[in-house]
Amino acid sequence: MAGIVGYGSYIPRYRIKVEEIAKVWGTDAESYKKGLMLQEKSVPAPDQDVITMSVEAARRALSRAQIHPQKIGAVYVGSESHPYAVKPSGTVVAEAIGATPEVHCADFEFACKAGTEAMFVAYGLVCSGKIQYGLAIAADTSQGAPGDALEFSAAAGAAAYILGTENVAVEIEDTYSFCTDTPDFWRREYQHYPEHGGRFTGEPAYFHHTLSSAQGIMKRSGTKPEDFKYAIFHQPNGKFPMLAAQKLGFKREQWEDGRLSPTLGNTYSGASPMGLSAVLDKAAPGDLILLVSFGSGAGSDGFILRTTDRIKDIQGKAPKTKQQLDCAKRYLDYGTYAKFRGKILKAD
Amino acid sequence: MFPAKIWREFPQRYRLEAAKCKKCGKVFFPPRLVCNACSHREFEEIKLPWEGTLVSYTIIRTPPSAFSDQAPYAVGIIETIPGLQITCQIVDADLDKLHIGQKLLLEFRLIQKDGKQGVLCYGYKAVPIDAHNS
Repeated sequence: MAGIVGYGSYIPRYRIKVEEIAKVWGTDAESYKKGLMLQEKSVPAPDQDVITMSVEAARRALSRAQIHPQKIGAVYVGSESHPYAVKPSGTVVAEAIGATPEVHCADFEFACKAGTEAMFVAYGLVCSGKIQYGLAIAADTSQGAPGDALEFSAAAGAAAYILGTENVAVEIEDTYSFCTDTPDFWRREYQHYPEHGGRFTGEPAYFHHTLSSAQGIMKRSGTKPEDFKYAIFHQPNGKFPMLAAQKLGFKREQWEDGRLSPTLGNTYSGASPMGLSAVLDKAAPGDLILLVSFGSGAGSDGFILRTTDRIKDIQGKAPKTKQQLDCAKRYLDYGTYAKFRGKILKAD
Repeated sequence: MFPAKIWREFPQRYRLEAAKCKKCGKVFFPPRLVCNACSHREFEEIKLPWEGTLVSYTIIRTPPSAFSDQAPYAVGIIETIPGLQITCQIVDADLDKLHIGQKLLLEFRLIQKDGKQGVLCYGYKAVPIDAHNS
């Protein structure tokens, strides 16, 4: 059965606390901490972007997969913050890891589910036998306008998955996709920051699609919430994935390990794939896992995964996600954060 | 930055590809056409490890214009394999805690941008080894 052969994640070291952002804009930090369950978020260094984080996550996935990069037949990067408007991020990633030139390469966009889209397509090509291995990456240096509610959550991180049919560490048992035209969040051409529909992003968008996708894949596969050891949902904040899990009937011990957003923030395309990487870091052989992404616009991809005996062999071959999240953090004040994110510029 | 110039450097900047003389074993980074130790012209491609030891460093406080936003920043000489040293920026580090002999990892980073419209130049920079990445 096809599945994940290797995985890797990358989280920048820099962080900013919710209080530091609230202090500048005169907003109530407690409302974000209690209402949306956000404490702090990751911030990319000025020399980090989707390409650099993707390369680091991919190199870690290769360390766990222990395959030659020339065997990778597809490199797909899902993001809504590709550094180039025209020129694929994936070409740089493929070149940097040594996968070129016989490789199919494409960038994916679908708001926050671009990463699972990449996984979905790479998995399909592997299943069809068209390629031996496929590399799917979910990465973002998320944008949030100064003072906007998104600024409290928009974060940075990447997760990479190598899919194949040999030496599989996590079998993919089923996939499912649910999609409608729902304009809850968007960014028009040439605009730097996204716009959103406020509370419209909740029930008709996030919850309708996330719950429908989870229910759809469980119905098709004949599974129930109690069958799963872990469940990971898209996490635009700390509250939404918790509510989605509760509405579906999952218990805290099933979703807590895959919910990174309270201290990571919303890594957009990276969000649910990074939650999966944290779960895989501690999963035992035979664990059944539900992964449900969400992308504004809107759609949701569902995956049912089961770990094999090989998961124990690969967990320690690269830095784990939680250690990157919790260790050696470097906190920023708002001024430095604004400089790092290009929100203030030095005069020419 | 002319795109062709940085394109020629991808094997070194992206993958740390070096050349090892097939006759005397001396390693060159970047590669050379002729070994300066034995004048041999055949080389084996090897990849340097993405880690090394800090041999020396300096703090740049008056940078070239392309790096003016980053000052002060550290540039170090790092030994990746015995006898072979590379030079690069050291980032994500407290400048007052850098020390000779320190173990460092190399990470893939953005080196510089060619203005607002030009090509992006990527390559390696060094970061401390700690609980975040070990």
